[in-house]
Amino acid sequence: MTLIIDDSRPIFVQIAERIEDDIIQGRLPEESQVPSKNEFASFYQINPATAAKGVNLLVDEGILYKKRGIGMFVATGARAVLVEKRKEQFFEQYVVTMLMEAEKLGISADQLTDMIRRGDAK
Amino acid sequence: MTGNAVEVKQLTKSYGKVTAVNEVSFTLEPDKIYGLLGRNGAGKTTIMHMITAQLFATSGELKVFGEEPYENSRVLSQICFIKESQKYPDNYSVQDVLELSSSLFPNWDRAFANELLKDFQLPLKRKMKKLSRGMHSSVGIIVGLASRAPLTIFDEPYLGLDAVARALFYDRLIEDYSENPRTIVLSTHLIDEVSRLLEHVIVIDGGKVLINEDAEELRGTAYSVAGTATAVESFIADKKVISREPFGALLTAGVTGRLSEAERKKADALGLQIAAISLQQLIVQLTSKKTDVKGGTRS
Repeated sequence: MTLIIDDSRPIFVQIAERIEDDIIQGRLPEESQVPSKNEFASFYQINPATAAKGVNLLVDEGILYKKRGIGMFVATGARAVLVEKRKEQFFEQYVVTMLMEAEKLGISADQLTDMIRRGDAK
Repeated sequence: MTGNAVEVKQLTKSYGKVTAVNEVSFTLEPDKIYGLLGRNGAGKTTIMHMITAQLFATSGELKVFGEEPYENSRVLSQICFIKESQKYPDNYSVQDVLELSSSLFPNWDRAFANELLKDFQLPLKRKMKKLSRGMHSSVGIIVGLASRAPLTIFDEPYLGLDAVARALFYDRLIEDYSENPRTIVLSTHLIDEVSRLLEHVIVIDGGKVLINEDAEELRGTAYSVAGTATAVESFIADKKVISREPFGALLTAGVTGRLSEAERKKADALGLQIAAISLQQLIVQLTSKKTDVKGGTRS
C-alpha cells in the first residue's frame, strides 16, 4: 500500500481506488474484512468522515457489504466486477492517449505493435 | 443539546471606522473538523474571540450550543480555545497548567494528557517561562486535546513546533477524534498540512466569508491551464477565472469548476496543459489578487 494521497483530487475517491487495487491484487480477498474508517483515518491521516465516504462509495457499487456490528467485507464476485471496470478505464486512460501521442509523433500502427511486443519482452 | 455547535448570523465587529468582521454568517455542525482559513488580518481571530466570549460583537447573532456564550459558564465549560500566544502565570509549571486545566474542563482525560506529555517529551516540573517556544506550544496542544471539549478551537497552535511535532499533533488529533468525536476548529496558514484532516472549510477574506464548503467538494474543483496566450484565452473565455500569470507569449490561468471529458479533449487539441490546483493554491489564488476575482462569495 502506498501512503501518498494526492491533494488535488477528492480523497474519498482515492480511498475507494486503494481498496479496489487491494481487491484486484488479492491483498483483500473476497469475504475478507476491510479496515474500519478509523483505521483508514489514522493510517492516511485523513478525516474519518472522508474515509467513510470512500468506503460507502464501494458499498453503493456492491463491491463491499456491511455486516451489522462487525464491519465491512468484500463481496463475492467483487474482483471480477472491478477487473472489468478497470479494463474499460484502461482503454480510455492508456490506449486512447497512447494513440493520440503516436499520431502526433507519426508512429504507424505496425511500429506501435512492435513497440508493445518489445515492452512485453522486458 | 441538539442542533449546531455554533451559529453565527450577520456577525459584525467594528473598531471605530474599521470593520474587522463584516456580517459573517455560518454554522458549525457538531462533531466535524473545520478549517477556518484566510490571510493574516482577515478577521479569523476576531471571530474566534467572539465565539469564545472574549470579545463582544458590535452587531449580529451568536449562539454556541444554542445559547449566548457571554458570562455563560455552562457554555464556556464546553469550549477549549488554544491561542497562538497563550499566556500563563509566570510561576506556573507544566504540571500546574495541566492541574488547572483538569479542573476547568469536565471531560479532561488525565491518562491521555500523561500519554501526550511523554509523546511531546515535556518536563513536568519545568516553569512555563523557562520552556522553549516549541515546548510552550506543545503544552497548548496537550491541553487542547486532553480537554476533549465539545468545541475545541486551535488558533495557529504551532509556533516553534518542528515538522515532527506537528505530524505528531495531527496523528494524535485524528486518532482521538475518531474515538471521541467533537467539534474542532483549526485555524492555520499551513493549509496543505491540515487540509486532509478537515471535513469542512471556511475561508475568511477581508472580514467576510469567501468560501464555506465541504473540503472534498473543494478538492478538484480548480485547475490551471497553461499554453500560448491565444489558446488559453479561447479556452477560458466561458469559464470562471481566478488567476492569470502571463509569461512572455505564454499564459497560465487558474480556473474554477470541474473539467468535463469534452473540455479535456478540447484542451488537448489546443495543445494546452492542465494541472490540478490544491486547496492551498486555490485559497492563495482566491485571497491574493482580488482584482482578478469575480463573483466572490460561494455557497
